[in-house]
Amino acid sequence: MRDVAVVGVGLHKWGELWDKSLRDVFVEPALAAIDNAGVDHIDSMVVGCMSGGLFAGQEHLGSLLADYLGQAGIPASRVESACASGGLAFRTAFMEVASGMSDIVLAGGVEKMTDVSGDGATYALATAADQEYEVFNGATFPGLYALMAVAHMHKYGTTRDMLTAVAVKNHNNGSMNPYAQYPFKTTKQEVEESVMVASPLRIMDCSPITDGGAAVILTTVDIAKKLKKPIIKVIGSGHATDSIALHSREDMTTLRATTLAAERAFKMAGKTIKDIEFAEVHDCFTIAEIVVTESLGIFPAGKGGEAALRGETGLDGKFPINTSGGLKSKGHPVGATGIGQIIELVKQLSGVAENGRQLKKTPKIGLAQNMGGSGGSTLVHILEVI
Amino acid sequence: MFPARAHREYPHRYRLEAGQCKKCGKVVFPRRLICPVCGHREFGKVILPDTGKLVSYSVIRVAPSQFTDEAPYAIGIAELTNGVKLMAQVADCDVDNIKVGMDIRIEFRRIQTDGHHGVLSYGYKFVPKWY
Repeated sequence: MRDVAVVGVGLHKWGELWDKSLRDVFVEPALAAIDNAGVDHIDSMVVGCMSGGLFAGQEHLGSLLADYLGQAGIPASRVESACASGGLAFRTAFMEVASGMSDIVLAGGVEKMTDVSGDGATYALATAADQEYEVFNGATFPGLYALMAVAHMHKYGTTRDMLTAVAVKNHNNGSMNPYAQYPFKTTKQEVEESVMVASPLRIMDCSPITDGGAAVILTTVDIAKKLKKPIIKVIGSGHATDSIALHSREDMTTLRATTLAAERAFKMAGKTIKDIEFAEVHDCFTIAEIVVTESLGIFPAGKGGEAALRGETGLDGKFPINTSGGLKSKGHPVGATGIGQIIELVKQLSGVAENGRQLKKTPKIGLAQNMGGSGGSTLVHILEVI
Repeated sequence: MFPARAHREYPHRYRLEAGQCKKCGKVVFPRRLICPVCGHREFGKVILPDTGKLVSYSVIRVAPSQFTDEAPYAIGIAELTNGVKLMAQVADCDVDNIKVGMDIRIEFRRIQTDGHHGVLSYGYKFVPKWY
């Protein structure tokens, strides 16, 4: 395998982008990534999108988006793994460069979610769960994570305070992110008085519906050196699956696919969780961040909530989580989320995160965890400055 | 919902039919073609027990379109007496008094009304055992 580096990133503000279509939402950040990398061409591209079909009535995205990016003719594909589609696009592009098939590959993600009603969006998102045995019976995504939350609270004594701490912390971080959909701070009272969606989860425990795109350029370390770019190397990539139906899993207080994907990424990188300085994780709901930090091995099982409450995951904590604001504050355009996480890693590792959210001691190594559905798929990537 | 799509689930939803691996005894619901534990491909038919305990629950207050008239309603995951877990609505109870560990029984109920013609879909729900 060849050594692979990220040499360019592109992001535009996420939110309810009424004036922009699916293709605009993708092409703007993709052009920004190409400009940022300073490359004169791309050999290929991979785009993560969960459901162009249900959200915008548009499939065949590889060709459409390559054309509107001015790249008609190149090999282009769309990959899907529900909310982990962006992470999967990154891994696919990584494998393409590492294998020697292509030298310069764009990995992007996009979701245009506000061209359908709230009901329509709920329906489209629910297709990531088991249609016949969860959704048929009235499950929603907040409902599935609520089932995890209640089980976690029952087994470990996780409390409302701990969920709240995650939301308050992520909004604090996101308030410093100019690309965030909801760049405002929130309070314990606001979170705990917000409307109930699926008990015990309130609206301020949930990530929002978002239009957004993101893109990065991957190439070999050798080409990156010629481009005179700081070398941010992809040292680990792990991918794993699990039953998509929550009730089919042995233990719903942990995320097995996350643990497996992390083990694979650590093995490739020759690192352990102790070597990682910060992480972007998939906080689609506050409980998800707590369970993910446990499943990655950052905290022991059942201790993720206490750690969040003690501030250990804050910007000044011993293991900062979601310095970008996470899905909660930055927004969750499902197909783009995994690429957005990689961009935050690149910014922190380059020491250029905006508005005071840059970690005081510029980190050397970071991890991104992106998952689909209620944890039925997970991608973990580890990036290091060399 | 297309009739064939509903019809093929009737053995599970109407009669709680599950598969039991002929080699290792694992009970799978719904049926599968290969055992997730031992990889064996022959299954016998068993009927799931109709009692168990709730292992988690949530009260849905923001419902998807086909369930908006029913909100708030509860969903739960129950572990049946043979160890199989499944998800269903928790019916016939005060949604504010559901607890983990509660004994439940499975009953045959109407689940949703589908599409422009209002086709009825039936299946299973949990009810408190004392009901």
